[in-house]
Amino acid sequence: MSAVLVLAETSGSTVRKSTFELLTAARRIGEPGVVLIGDATDDVVAALAEYGATTVYAVPAPEAREYLSVPAAEAVVEVAGRVSPVAVLVGSGPLGKDVAARVAVRLDSGIVTDAVAVELDDNSVVATQNIVSGRYVARTKVLRGPAVITVRPNSIGAEPAPATATVVTVDVTFSDQAKGARLVETTPKAGSGRPELTEAAFVVAGGRGVGSADGFGIVEELADALGAAVGASRTATDSGWAPHDLQIGQTGKTVAPQLYLAAGISGAIQHRAGMQSSKTIVAVNKDPKAPIFAIADLGVVGDLHTVLPALTAAVRDRKG
Amino acid sequence: MKVAVLVKYVPEPTASWSFAADNTLDRAAVDGRLSELDEYAVEQAVRLKESGVADEVVHVSVGPAKALDALRKALAIGGDSALHVVDDSVHGSDALGTSLVLAEALRRVGADLVLTGMASTDGEMSVVPSMVADRLGIAQGTFAGEITVDGGSVSIRRDTDVATEQVDVRLPAVVSVTDQAGEARYPAFKSIMQAKKKPVDTATVADLGVDPARIGLGAAAVSVVEISPTPPREAGTVIVDEGEAAGQLAEFLAGRGFI
Repeated sequence: MSAVLVLAETSGSTVRKSTFELLTAARRIGEPGVVLIGDATDDVVAALAEYGATTVYAVPAPEAREYLSVPAAEAVVEVAGRVSPVAVLVGSGPLGKDVAARVAVRLDSGIVTDAVAVELDDNSVVATQNIVSGRYVARTKVLRGPAVITVRPNSIGAEPAPATATVVTVDVTFSDQAKGARLVETTPKAGSGRPELTEAAFVVAGGRGVGSADGFGIVEELADALGAAVGASRTATDSGWAPHDLQIGQTGKTVAPQLYLAAGISGAIQHRAGMQSSKTIVAVNKDPKAPIFAIADLGVVGDLHTVLPALTAAVRDRKG
Repeated sequence: MKVAVLVKYVPEPTASWSFAADNTLDRAAVDGRLSELDEYAVEQAVRLKESGVADEVVHVSVGPAKALDALRKALAIGGDSALHVVDDSVHGSDALGTSLVLAEALRRVGADLVLTGMASTDGEMSVVPSMVADRLGIAQGTFAGEITVDGGSVSIRRDTDVATEQVDVRLPAVVSVTDQAGEARYPAFKSIMQAKKKPVDTATVADLGVDPARIGLGAAAVSVVEISPTPPREAGTVIVDEGEAAGQLAEFLAGRGFI
């Protein structure tokens, strides 16, 4: 079976859920090896093995964490040179995109971004994407080189497949170019205690109809009752009612949760681009003509300031 | 310091897009415009010139004849001149091919800092800036929400899913900026008129010394085998709240196993 390389992403000493999704996807097309930037601690290796990693290529060199993206790309290229993978899978965030880009150039490989599915078709890797802001579905075959694929979070359900992982420590000689962008300071996002937006199973998002920063409290309460992440439309973030990193839409984040509840969001095309792949969509809006109702599985024409708190209470009741 | 801005002419987002028989986007069939995300990069470049940090700003685009519109729009926001690479052989290029042409165009321009948007609004890939940096053998700082030039480096603030990063990027570099970087000014009529007179150089792929065998549909490392419209979502139910909606919502969520 061919090797597939996955670039692990960790948050502190925890492996991110998106990495488990990558491993699940990798298993469909080959035998997964993980490139891990950092030390291969027992916990991390165990977590990766739980999702099927059979080899963990650890890159403990400090430069890989001190300098942005390019050392990770060079580490992936180094390991790819050793194992000749059929594909390299990375997450669709800023690190993944940076790494995928440089790896594709160095290996002269086909690259497909934001894939929602990956499969083998007659020995070629084929990736499925939702393109043109979700209006079209494309299937793209990689013709050359190890397929470099960035995978959208929450598109492939992470499924455990316990394996035994061997750890290989990799020494990479980084180029001068790799040290061009020095990470001076990292401030982790204040843990809200809520799930991270792109990985959350449930999202409750507020828009113009929320009306104020205080109003956002209603959105947050419902999110907490459901165990959901909080999102916002561009209007809400531009108005300062929610921080920019909660923005969902063409210029913000793209999410595909099990449940997306849009409160006071009209559903303009730029917003829909960021959430229309959500499995179930619920909308609450005062305006019966809001475009969001066209894509909602259940729409409520009403005042979110009444409906949301009542729903929060009902949810809490049911959960006991 | 010389600043180059990469701009792209993209199909109008609100228009109806279609695909040609070769599964490429049919760009001739719709109106186009300067990619909205590129405006943020143009604005940053113009601010660098206004603050005296940059002495020259050149906008660069690879695109069909109509792409000149995007360059004139960029020049209206600000900037000194533009380079337009027009060549039919670029049609159907994948990201590898596109980045190759852009890199050679930039070699000709000779900029210290290359600014770009974080993604194009048609390709939506976010990889071309990094590819260009790799081909030019220079540093990169992507997804910058804020940039400050300081001597031989650019300090950028980046917001990722899990953290805010402050990064020092050594020049020369490619820096892509997000929509957090500051709204582009709306050009005054006078600026639009002046933009028409600013010099726009044109070049073909041969002028840039690019091997035509490495670009275009035939050289692409990927092939789109199928494109179909996303199946429309089934129409759902819409209810009007008369006091019962919250209860009905809770029922619905419970029914689908969310609570």
